[in-house]
Amino acid sequence: MVEVRLNLNGTAAVVDVEPRVSLLDALRERLELTGTKKGCNQGACGACTVLADGRRIVSCLALAVQYDGREITTIEGVSHPLQRAFARHDGFQCGYCTSGQICSAIGMLAEHKEGTASAVTEHVEESPELTEDEIRERMSGNLCRCGAYNGIVDAIDEVAHGGTRDEVPAT
Amino acid sequence: MRDFGYLAAPDVATAVREIRPGAKFLGGGTNLVDLMREGIETPDTVIDISRLPLTGVDELADGTIRIGALVRNSDLAAHPVIRARFPVLAQAVLSGASGQLRNMATVGGNLLQRTRCPYFYDGTLPCNKREPGSGCAAVCGFNRMHAILGASEHCIATHPSDLCVALAALDAVVEVESVRGVRRIPLPEFHRLPGDTPHVETALEPDELVTAVEVPPAPVAANSRYRKVRDRASYAFALVSVAAALRVTDGRVAAVRLALGGVAARPWRASEAERVLAGAPATEARFRRAADAELAAATSRRDNGFKIELAARTITATLVLLATEENTEENTEENAR
Repeated sequence: MVEVRLNLNGTAAVVDVEPRVSLLDALRERLELTGTKKGCNQGACGACTVLADGRRIVSCLALAVQYDGREITTIEGVSHPLQRAFARHDGFQCGYCTSGQICSAIGMLAEHKEGTASAVTEHVEESPELTEDEIRERMSGNLCRCGAYNGIVDAIDEVAHGGTRDEVPAT
Repeated sequence: MRDFGYLAAPDVATAVREIRPGAKFLGGGTNLVDLMREGIETPDTVIDISRLPLTGVDELADGTIRIGALVRNSDLAAHPVIRARFPVLAQAVLSGASGQLRNMATVGGNLLQRTRCPYFYDGTLPCNKREPGSGCAAVCGFNRMHAILGASEHCIATHPSDLCVALAALDAVVEVESVRGVRRIPLPEFHRLPGDTPHVETALEPDELVTAVEVPPAPVAANSRYRKVRDRASYAFALVSVAAALRVTDGRVAAVRLALGGVAARPWRASEAERVLAGAPATEARFRRAADAELAAATSRRDNGFKIELAARTITATLVLLATEENTEENTEENAR
């Protein structure tokens, strides 16, 4: 067993794990934070996305021992306008992918703010506007089998552009 | 997943001293952890190298860019020098995997990732990579994704990397280290064609650690592109991909670099096409002729014959785009004067 110390959602956490235990399983089964979901368990679906030192990763392909001493943020530690925006825009149906979508979107918005390009950026040396195409490309690592993608993109677009411009007025 | 011993290496010297048969180096984990969970890789010891100080992207005195083996894919793609001087490299990285995986995956690990041939992953079927001598289920199986160049009867798997295709076009060199010292391997020689030993995938000795990749100066790369054709618009492996750089002077090809992905067990440097293009008129017809020359040796199986024409068209289209863009830039510069 190896002792792993995390700064987990702003609080010190210690857990003893076998080296083969993934960060995902350590979070869910040992630290009882079940907001992070296990989907494919092979890095393909993004349901297990968390933030490590502010950067989005898939926790299923991360061995917990590799993240000793790191700052981990799960959906339980998130308080972000994206959460209300997802609700407003129906950015989910069953909700299983949602915690991963939101953690991923937080990481993605930070990446964009740093001026990164993406595979759909016409000139890779430029820092593009966060268009719908850019959002879809940058969020392609998060699958939603209910197919709520339009709502997800709308929610992220709204938060990225600092407002509620597409919101239908309450009647 | 089978249990294993774990050692977090504090420095390169410890890592290469502790490596032995049955042990594996672990970087970002995006491929190895998956393969261990699937039972394809079963190391008894994992040597965690992820904290080694191999994370720099540095420009050497001669203009060579030295990329540490543990530079994360996303950090490489975001580096201002890479984006400005080697756009093909940044584009190749950005076209692979997902945002989360690029934040984890390392440059060294990208070189060493295993094929995504579904028969390699299926432990119930024969695979000469996974179990030498057992046969190849892909040769007579569903082989739409498989190789059209450099394959053998023993294996028709492709190398899945995008990054390596750009590195092949850029004449990159891989630096490796063991207790016996440091060695440098040109990228096109790093990955091996299958022949009758498809389980031997690289020129790396079992005790060697990839420490860096060096990209020599290449002014032609300022006008370069990575074009990837795949089944989905994003987050899928290549059917065919093209890394290309082009300089046209007075309507003729003054410099060209060309490499293909998704077509062979290694990133495929298209030397024959480059030879046909050298000094030739920069026309679509000539680009197509060069592509056909490169693909003259291509062979297909039941399902992947479409890749030959797809590769020819993708090469041609990418070169046409680069020739057009370069002309536009030249005109813009002239107008600015």
